Amino acid sequence: MIHSLFLINAAGDIFLEKHWKSVVSRSVCDYFFEAQERASEAENVPPVIPTPHHYLLSVYRHKIFFVAVIQSEVPPLFVIEFLHRVVDTFQDYFGVCSEVMIKDNVVVVYEVLEEMLDNGFPLATESNILKELIKPPTILRTVVNTITGSTNVGDQLPTGQLSVVPWRRTGVKYTNNEAYFDVIEEIDAIIDKSGSTITAEIQGVIDACVKLTGMPDLTLSFMNPRLLDDVSFHPCVRFKRWESERILSFIPPDGNFRLLSYHVSAQNLVAIPVYVKHNISFRDSSSLGRFEITVGPKQTMGKTVEGVIVTSQMPKGVLNMTLTPSQGTHVFDPVTKLLSWDVGKINPQKLPSLKGSMSLQAGSSKPDENPTINLQFKIQQLAISGLKVNRLDMYGEKYKPFKGIKYMTKAGKFQVRT
Amino acid sequence: MAQDKCHLITQVGQPQVSHCATPLPVQESLALGKHLGKALPAVSPSPAAGRVHDDLKEMLDSNKDSLKLEAMKRIVAMIARGKNASDLFPAVVKNVACKNIEVKKLVYVYLVRYAEEQQDLALLSISTFQRGLKDPNQLIRASALRVLSSIRVPIIVPIMMLAIKEAASDMSPYVRKTAAHAIPKLYSLDSDQKDQLIEVIEKLLADKTTLVAGSVVMAFEEVCPERIDLIHKNYRKLCNLLIDVEEWGQVVIINMLTRYARTQFLSPNQNESLLEESAEKAFYGSEEEDTKEPKAEAASLAKRKPYVMDPDHRLLLRNTKPLLQSRNAAVVMAVAQLYFHLAPKAEVGVIAKALVRLLRSHRSVQYVVLQNVATMSIKRRGMFEPYLKSFYIRSTDPTQIKILKLEVLTNLANETNISTILREFQTYIRSMDKDFVAATIQAIGRCATNIGKVRDTCLNGLVQLLSNRDELVVAESVVVIKKLLQMQPAQHSEIIKHMAKLTDNIQVPMARASILWLIGEYCEHVPKIAPDVLRKMAKSFTNEEDIVKLQVINLAAKLYLTNSKQSKLLTQYVLNLAKYDQNYDIRDRARFIRQLIVPTEKSGALNKYAKKLFLAQKPAPILESSFKDRDHFQLGSLSHLLNAKAVGYQELPDWPDEAPDPSVRNVEVRGAPQGAGCMGGQGGSVSEESGSSSSSSSSSGSEEEEEEEEEGSGEQSEDKEEEEKRPKRKDKEGSRKAAMGSAGRYPLGKRGSSVNPFSLNPAVTPPPPQPIPSSSIISTSLVTDLEGLTLTDTSLTPAVSVPHALPGMSRDPCPSWGLQVGGSASHTPAPRPRQLLSPAFGAVRTYELLHRMAGEGLSVEYCFSRRPFPGDPHMVAVHIQISNNTDAEVKSLRVSEPKLLSGMRIQEFPEIGTRLAPGDTANVVMGIDFCDSTQAANFQLCTHTRHFYVSIQPPVGELMAPVFMSENEFKKEQGEWGTGTGGSQPRR
Repeated sequence: MIHSLFLINAAGDIFLEKHWKSVVSRSVCDYFFEAQERASEAENVPPVIPTPHHYLLSVYRHKIFFVAVIQSEVPPLFVIEFLHRVVDTFQDYFGVCSEVMIKDNVVVVYEVLEEMLDNGFPLATESNILKELIKPPTILRTVVNTITGSTNVGDQLPTGQLSVVPWRRTGVKYTNNEAYFDVIEEIDAIIDKSGSTITAEIQGVIDACVKLTGMPDLTLSFMNPRLLDDVSFHPCVRFKRWESERILSFIPPDGNFRLLSYHVSAQNLVAIPVYVKHNISFRDSSSLGRFEITVGPKQTMGKTVEGVIVTSQMPKGVLNMTLTPSQGTHVFDPVTKLLSWDVGKINPQKLPSLKGSMSLQAGSSKPDENPTINLQFKIQQLAISGLKVNRLDMYGEKYKPFKGIKYMTKAGKFQVRT
Repeated sequence: MAQDKCHLITQVGQPQVSHCATPLPVQESLALGKHLGKALPAVSPSPAAGRVHDDLKEMLDSNKDSLKLEAMKRIVAMIARGKNASDLFPAVVKNVACKNIEVKKLVYVYLVRYAEEQQDLALLSISTFQRGLKDPNQLIRASALRVLSSIRVPIIVPIMMLAIKEAASDMSPYVRKTAAHAIPKLYSLDSDQKDQLIEVIEKLLADKTTLVAGSVVMAFEEVCPERIDLIHKNYRKLCNLLIDVEEWGQVVIINMLTRYARTQFLSPNQNESLLEESAEKAFYGSEEEDTKEPKAEAASLAKRKPYVMDPDHRLLLRNTKPLLQSRNAAVVMAVAQLYFHLAPKAEVGVIAKALVRLLRSHRSVQYVVLQNVATMSIKRRGMFEPYLKSFYIRSTDPTQIKILKLEVLTNLANETNISTILREFQTYIRSMDKDFVAATIQAIGRCATNIGKVRDTCLNGLVQLLSNRDELVVAESVVVIKKLLQMQPAQHSEIIKHMAKLTDNIQVPMARASILWLIGEYCEHVPKIAPDVLRKMAKSFTNEEDIVKLQVINLAAKLYLTNSKQSKLLTQYVLNLAKYDQNYDIRDRARFIRQLIVPTEKSGALNKYAKKLFLAQKPAPILESSFKDRDHFQLGSLSHLLNAKAVGYQELPDWPDEAPDPSVRNVEVRGAPQGAGCMGGQGGSVSEESGSSSSSSSSSGSEEEEEEEEEGSGEQSEDKEEEEKRPKRKDKEGSRKAAMGSAGRYPLGKRGSSVNPFSLNPAVTPPPPQPIPSSSIISTSLVTDLEGLTLTDTSLTPAVSVPHALPGMSRDPCPSWGLQVGGSASHTPAPRPRQLLSPAFGAVRTYELLHRMAGEGLSVEYCFSRRPFPGDPHMVAVHIQISNNTDAEVKSLRVSEPKLLSGMRIQEFPEIGTRLAPGDTANVVMGIDFCDSTQAANFQLCTHTRHFYVSIQPPVGELMAPVFMSENEFKKEQGEWGTGTGGSQPRR
């Protein structure tokens, strides 16, 4: 299946290669570089590139291209999903997945990759098992290792691979037993010029951090499970219980994991928590344009909207912008033409606004399109869909765990057309 | 230096890869140099490299593990950067038996990388692995096999073969999994081993553990995908295991099963496909095809048979559906393509939601999913229509995603949603991303051709775009308008005139060419303008692009034929210019056209037909999706994505006309349990169990499980009861007699008595003494009866007890009763009184009639006391226990308003007149004639303040009475029934 993997940084250097079958020369990446040149942006490099003898499948994350080389028919998503899993694993191991981190931990990276694939077929992709095989580097362990000469490679055998719950490490022990669940909802919306909603939907996830001793069996129930229209589960969730009782029943992996992601049914009207008033105008004759944005809260259920960031890609003709914000800071990059305004908290009594003028290239005609405004925001302690966790119970272990649930609403792809 | 060498080596190692010889691009070699410098700052990347390796060799030869480890880490870092470290092979391979696990692992990494290049030296390590294969620890065995099979040295093929065969019957499923992984490795090394490997695959396919299933199917796909016959016997097992297999294995299995199902089952859409096709044809409105259609339909009508889905086909669909909920996009896509290719049309819709969900994922996932959605949306438009808005485009999407979404939106457009879609398109046209704008204009053109209603609107919109400032937009619009105009040119001479004016400004060659073609083609509609355009073009001819020149010649020729008076000289001029053009294509064209249109003596017969040739009616182009007909590739495959057959692509077969024999999938009853399967380690057997349990319950969910459980516990308690019963059998027999004896004598008024003298099981809380005094009288009378009885030892005679319907206990032989029961054969129409066996009192199960919460503090439970109801022999006695958990007294408890099915009767318990103090309980007995059905009896339970609706539903077992009869009697009875014992087989 997967022959080789090349990691390529933004500058076009291949800084790591790994082969699971016979070695494929790195010159195969020339085809990739060609495609990269053709595409204006990294985002636009096609994920699948055919070459005379190989196919190159790539994903682009954290400013690194992960290019897999395959030689014969294989479902492309199989490879792409695997590559994403590799990135997630690196992130899990090193905290961040960056070129520097990978170079610094090249041996661990190599050992992990060796375990993840056998002859190009995925072998162990659960981070719980991998961590049992190869311990992630920590500062303490690195120090101890250099002094004592001990290793990162786990000395016990990977029994996890044999168990019925392959996602969970065996022999987990904690002094404080705790289970935290974060319900995070994201609003994806397109708002049109006049402020009416063209499309809006809510996507949510439940991320968990479970640190419980032994083999706990958890059940999580909702007050209003009917809200969930479409769900996808971590493999630990028992599908049949969900189907029959709408209860999440599972033996959790150890540590951080995504328990569930869901989509709230389209029938429920989505409350849009903020609105944007805008007045952006270019004039044909003058080389000055007017720019004015005001952001205000709409349906926030009495919670504060924080972490508001407004970004907008200005047309090429805009040379510079002279703006004064009523609060927060703003930056306009004259090269990329990206305007970004970090608003912070919205105070409903005094709405934040950004006003000023744009200077346009003299002589050029006015741009066709007004820029779209992208919005980011956060609302703590609110799940905008109204989803509520009813209770969390634990079976199979005697101790009493500490349980916590947090709600948050964020903007996903929230766009205002002007 | 080093990297040159590396290249040479890879070429030797892989002669089939031709492009290896391509020189490295400058930037890359520079980059490499940089890395070399970075890695080894002290040394320049020249002959001195040998010195560094000496240093490493020394470290590897030392006795200290830490030094070895340090050396290995540095070597692995070199490998990771793509640097050659092959000259260290002898030094490294010595350490293969090192005790330190990390050193060992790193040596393995090195070995797997370089063994192919240093085959002789690699052999030194083989014995270590062979020893590992015999290790008592399964994980060591597995890892030894893994490395052994990864060393690509042809000499060891026989050793590998042996190791794989051995591992395939290992008792550990993990080792067997590793064996499955090793199969493709060996196959790629030496394809002559195929037959032997297929044997191993066949053996492993029969494995029942989830751990092995994914890996062996992967091996099957790589080695012998054509041997579909190996799957037959394992088909059902694979379907049932599927949900418990790890996610990557699921993808492989689902893809394989899709192909399998295509060869083994009939198309579920046989009948519908016709309807669908005709609908589509009507939509595109091509008349020629319509005439053919009725014939084809008639032909297939004759063939059509009522379609019944094979249960195995259904099994596959049912067992894959939950996997749409997987977090793994590849699994979801695999299920989606399975449904698309295999499911009846009505059921395919379920995949849309899951696919739309994947659109939230990373860009690369979106890209692949959208490609597949685009193909699906052509075939099954209705499926994605509800999700139309999910395909709306955001300005932040990358261009390739935008264009794919646009494709989907266009495919989804129909008469009802076209206005919203066009409104969206209007926004897109103003985007800054010009490639995307061009694609949008194309999309509008497609909508206009497909949906007649909006053709004029679209055309007007596009004409407005002609005055756009951006030239690309104008050019693209011209091209699209040209295509649209071809459909009905007569009505649009105004637009053609407008476009003729554009030639002064527009520079994009394709657009100029399109305009010229339009004017030439419809020169009769614009007789005044056309020659003028030609005049202008003749002036600028030499500066035009090639495609424009060709169209100028074309225009000249057409004008010459229609309006030779005005354009003769111009045409001559243009043709002369073209004669000396640099492009041979243009020269050729000029020569050809001159001969064709200008009459000379030499010109042949074609001259006469020139007008017909040039001004023939041309069919309007059909604008269709580039994704049309892509579904002949299996969806989700690489070939589908590239729209070209990839290496190793397995064609998705067409449905067979006749279903192959379904019995090939029948599995014989398991004989001796499979050695490998049941000896498996703890993990294996557990997962096997989980697999089988899921398979049994997958069909009907938890209900079935519960039922099984009930049955199980019932049997258990009966066993227990039997044990307990033995010493007391006498008593019980006696008491039963007594009960029967007294049954007839019970005065109606005393039917409330319900002390349960038979209660043997301490688990059942004996009801507290009844407030009604008569009960004690009865129980004492029973006791006295018991004393007088001696019984034969029933265990000596081979006795069979037949469960009888309770009503059968009636003493009077009632021949008409059989009629009364009607067709219910499961109940014994007792022709004569039977000796009643002791009813089973093992664990009398209590059911809840009214929960404490629902009853506002009043809780009611009931159980079947398994004795005849004293008042009426047709009734079942139901023992009811009422407890008052409230703080207040409860008065006048009674039953009212029974709602019963016809034939059912209820004998209420007398109203409990006395007050039920808080914390007290009361016991009553009521009789219900369920009329041999298991329908619930509904009634109200009333207190002085409240009414509660309750219902009692009897389990079948409670409607039967155990009866004692000898074997002969039983046979005789059986004979009398005629129909056989059907529903009432002896329980013990």
